[in-house]
Amino acid sequence: MKYTPHTPEDKRLITERIGVRNIEELFSGIPKDIRVKGKLNLPGPASELEITAELEKLAASNSRPICFAGCGAYDHYLPAIVDTIVSRPEFYTAYTPYQAEVSQGTLQFMYEFQSLVCRLFDMEVANDSMYDCASALAETAHMARDITHRQKILVSAGINPNYLDVVKTYARGLNVPLGTIPLKNGTTDLAVLKQMLDDQVAAIMVQHPNFFGTIEPMNEISRLVHAKNGLLIVSVDPLSLGLLNPPGKYDADIAVGEGQSLGIPLSFGGPYLGLLTTRKRFIRKMPGRLVARTIDSNGKKGYVLALQTREQHIRRERATSNICTNQALCALAATVYLAYLGPRGIRATGEHCLAKSHYLARRISELPGFELKNEQPFFKEFAVRTPVSASSIINAGLKNNILAGVDLGRFSPEWKNQILVAVTEKRTRTEMDRYIDFLKSEFGGQ
Amino acid sequence: MNTEPTLFELSKPGRKAWTLPKLDVPGIDPKDYFGNAGRKDSRLPELSEIDIARHFTRLSILNHHIDKGLYPLGSCTMKYNPKINERASRLPGFAEIHPLLPETACQGALQLMYELGEYLKEITGFDAITLQPGAGAHGELTGMMMVRKYFEKKGEKRTRVLVPDSAHGTNPASITLAGFKVEKINSDEKGQIDLKGLENASNQTVACLMVTNPNTLGIFESRIRRICEIMHSKGALVYLDGANLNAYMGIHRPGDAGFDLMHMNLHKTFSTPHGGGGPGGGPVAVKSWLEPFLPKPVIRHSSHYWLDYDRPDSIGKVLAFSGHFGVFVKAWTYIRMLGPEGLRDASECAVLNANYIRAGLEGIYELPYKGHSLHEVVFSGSNLRQYGIRTLDIAKGLLDYGLHAPTVYFPLIVSEAMLIEPTETESLESLDDFIKAMKEIAEQAKTNPDRLHNAPLKTPVQRLDEALASRKLDVNYEESV
Repeated sequence: MKYTPHTPEDKRLITERIGVRNIEELFSGIPKDIRVKGKLNLPGPASELEITAELEKLAASNSRPICFAGCGAYDHYLPAIVDTIVSRPEFYTAYTPYQAEVSQGTLQFMYEFQSLVCRLFDMEVANDSMYDCASALAETAHMARDITHRQKILVSAGINPNYLDVVKTYARGLNVPLGTIPLKNGTTDLAVLKQMLDDQVAAIMVQHPNFFGTIEPMNEISRLVHAKNGLLIVSVDPLSLGLLNPPGKYDADIAVGEGQSLGIPLSFGGPYLGLLTTRKRFIRKMPGRLVARTIDSNGKKGYVLALQTREQHIRRERATSNICTNQALCALAATVYLAYLGPRGIRATGEHCLAKSHYLARRISELPGFELKNEQPFFKEFAVRTPVSASSIINAGLKNNILAGVDLGRFSPEWKNQILVAVTEKRTRTEMDRYIDFLKSEFGGQ
Repeated sequence: MNTEPTLFELSKPGRKAWTLPKLDVPGIDPKDYFGNAGRKDSRLPELSEIDIARHFTRLSILNHHIDKGLYPLGSCTMKYNPKINERASRLPGFAEIHPLLPETACQGALQLMYELGEYLKEITGFDAITLQPGAGAHGELTGMMMVRKYFEKKGEKRTRVLVPDSAHGTNPASITLAGFKVEKINSDEKGQIDLKGLENASNQTVACLMVTNPNTLGIFESRIRRICEIMHSKGALVYLDGANLNAYMGIHRPGDAGFDLMHMNLHKTFSTPHGGGGPGGGPVAVKSWLEPFLPKPVIRHSSHYWLDYDRPDSIGKVLAFSGHFGVFVKAWTYIRMLGPEGLRDASECAVLNANYIRAGLEGIYELPYKGHSLHEVVFSGSNLRQYGIRTLDIAKGLLDYGLHAPTVYFPLIVSEAMLIEPTETESLESLDDFIKAMKEIAEQAKTNPDRLHNAPLKTPVQRLDEALASRKLDVNYEESV
C-alpha cells in the first residue's frame, strides 16, 4: 500500500520538468558509500484488511479487566461527544496555528481550554499543555528557580514516584538540588517541612490528593512555604476539583495536573495531557504555548499565539523551555469534556468517585488481614495493607477479570504488601462486590 | 463570517449535557467530609450537548488542515494521515488498557512497541531505542541527557555542544536544558557545515555536535562521514536531529554514516497526525555504547515481552509512563502498510515533489542555494522587497488561494526565507496549483502590492493585531470580563 498519488506518467513528467533523467539523480548529494544497498529488512507491504486483522489480534491479546488501578491513569467514562469532536480532521490534521487567519478553530479552543483550566484551578493563567503531568511538574522546578533566583527544590514524599523520577531526570540536567520532605501519618510532615525551609528553597512540590490518595493540609503547607518566601507548586487531579478546593484557594504559585482524567483514554499510558497554571505575574517565566484574544484589521475578534518571545523558535538557548509540539488534541478532548460536565457534572462525577471509593475501602477494610494504610480523607484512591504480597493479589485478580489495583512493591520493597486502589464513577456496586468476593475466596482465610 | 462566541458566552444556567447512573452505594456529603478543604463552585460553563456539537463544529471549519488542502510547511512534514491509523489506535484492546497492567496481561501492546522499535532501528541503522519521549524536542532533551551521562560515566568533563547556524530552535533550547553550553557553527556558501570552523571549535571540551541532515535548507551534508570522524577523533559524539528523516527512508541510514544517536518525529515521518500542535512522538535511537543510558524501562523480548527497569545507568524517566502509545499504534500501522518499498517510494516522491516546486519557482523567487535539494526547498522572497512586499505578505497571499503558507523566516540564515516541504502525498495537480498561486503572487507584487499587504481577505479573520495581543494580554476569559 502507498499513499503517494503519482502515476508512472506523473513521475515521468516531474523528472522531465526538473531536468533529471531519473529519481536516482536527485539523491546524488548522498555519498554512495552511505547508501542502503538493497532493501530495508522490514515486513512487506500489506492491505488494510490484513493489517486490520493483525492489529485486532494484537489488541485482543491485551486483557481488559475491570479496572481498579490508578496511580496517575484513571478509568473514567468517556462521553461520545468527546471522540466525535477530536475525530474531526479539521482538528486532528491541522498543524500548530502559526498562520492564525486559517487556524482560528484551533486557536479559539485553546483560548477556551486555558480559560476553563484557569476556572477549574482558580488560577490566573494556564498554558496550552505539556506532555503529561510528570513533565509539567519537572519543568516547574526550572521555572521556580528562574522566578525566585533560589536554587533548592523540596519535594514531598507524597508525590507519585513516577513523577518524581521525571523530576529527578530534569533536575540532573540543570543541577537542581532536590530534597525530600517525608510523610507523617500519610501526609506531608509539617514539622519537618518547617525545619527544612530556609531562604535557599525556591519552591516545594506537593501532590494533592497525594500519591496514596490522601488529602494534604494545603492551607498549612502554603502558609509555611510562603512565610519563607518560597513558592508552592502543587500537582492535582483536575477531576477532584469539583469537590476539593482549587489551588488558587490555598494560594498556590504554580499548579499542574494530569488531564488524562478529563476525557482522555487510558491508551496504555499516553498520549496524556500536562496542565500547567500560574500567576499572571509569572507568565513570562512559564513554559509552553499561549493563545491570546485580539482583533483583526477590521476590528473583529480573533485569536493569536502570544508571548512567543519566551519560546524556543525565537529565544533559542535562552527560551523558558524547549517544548514545541505539545498535546493540543488532548487539550481539545479536555475542553469538550469540561464543557460536557459543567459545574454540576464535575461535582456529581466527583461525588460518585467519592462514594464508590469509600464503599470499596470500607468493604476491603472489613476483611481479615486487610487494612487501610491511612485514616485521613481521600478522594478516589486509597492504599491498602494486604496480608499477602500485593503482586499475588494482582495476579489472582487477573484470573477473575479484575485489575485489583497497583502493586506498590514496584516502587519500594517496603511496600510489597500494599496495593493502591482507585475507584471511578464507572465502577458499579456489582463490580465492587465481585472484587470483595474475589478477595474473600482467594485470601479470606488469612 | 460571524465571530463564534466562546463557551462562556454560550453558557446558560440550567443547561446540561452530562448523565450519570443512579448512585448505587451510600452517598457521602462532601461538605461534611472535606470541611474546609471542600469547594463550592467551579464556575464552568453550562451547555447542552447540541450546543457543544455545534460550537466545536463551527470552530473546526475555521481551520486549514491536510484533508482540505496542501500544507507545505518546511521542516514539519505535513503528509496525509491515513484513516486506518485512527481506527487502529481506537481498538478497545489498545485504547482501554491501563499502563500498569502486569506484563502477562498486555503482551500485545508490548509486542507492538517492541516491533515498532525494531522497525525504527532498521530504518535508521541504530542498535537500541527508546520510544518514551513525547515529541521531537523531548527526544532532543532525552538524547542530550544521555550524552551527558555518557561522559559523566567516563569521568570526562565536557561542557560544550556545537550546533550549526541553520538548526531548529529546539536544538539550542534542549542543549541548555540538559546543562550544556551552546556554540554556533557557521554554514559555508553551499549551505553545509563549514569544516574549518568545525575543526577549530572541536576539542576535548566538546561533548557533542548536533546536526540536522539533510539540513533545514534541504541539503544533505555530503561530508557527513568526515564530520563524524572529526568529532569522534576528539572523543565527542554526534547527534542527528531526525526531523528530516522523510528525505531518505530506504535510501540512507544515519547509523551507517557515523551518528551516535538520533531522534525521529513520528508525527512527521510516520504519518501520525499533528493534532493542531500535538501529541507527537520522539523516539531516540542510539548506538550500542549509549544503550545503558536509555530512559527506563526498556522493552525486551525473550520467550515473552517484558519491561526492564533494572537499568542502573539510565537517565531515568522522561514521562510518567512508557510514551505516547496511541501514537505508536499509528506509526506501526503506517510502517506495516507501506513496507520497505512503500517507505522508499514515500521518500522518493517527497524529494521529487520538492524539486518540482523548486524547478517551477526558480527565476520567480530567489534561490539562495543552487543544486538539487532533497525533500524541502528554501526560497527567498527578497527579490520582491523592491515592491515593498515581504515574505509575510506572500504567506498571507497564499491563504487567499485556500492554500497554507510555507514555513517563513526560517532557517534564520536566509533573509526573507520560505521553506517549502510539499511531502510525497501531494499530487501533480496539487503542486501545480501551488506553483500557479506563487507565480500569481509574484506578479501581483509588481502590479498590485496593496492587495498583498491587505491579504488575506477571504479567510475567517484578516490580519490579526499581534502587538495588541501582547500588550493587552487577554489569555483567560475570566480576566477579560
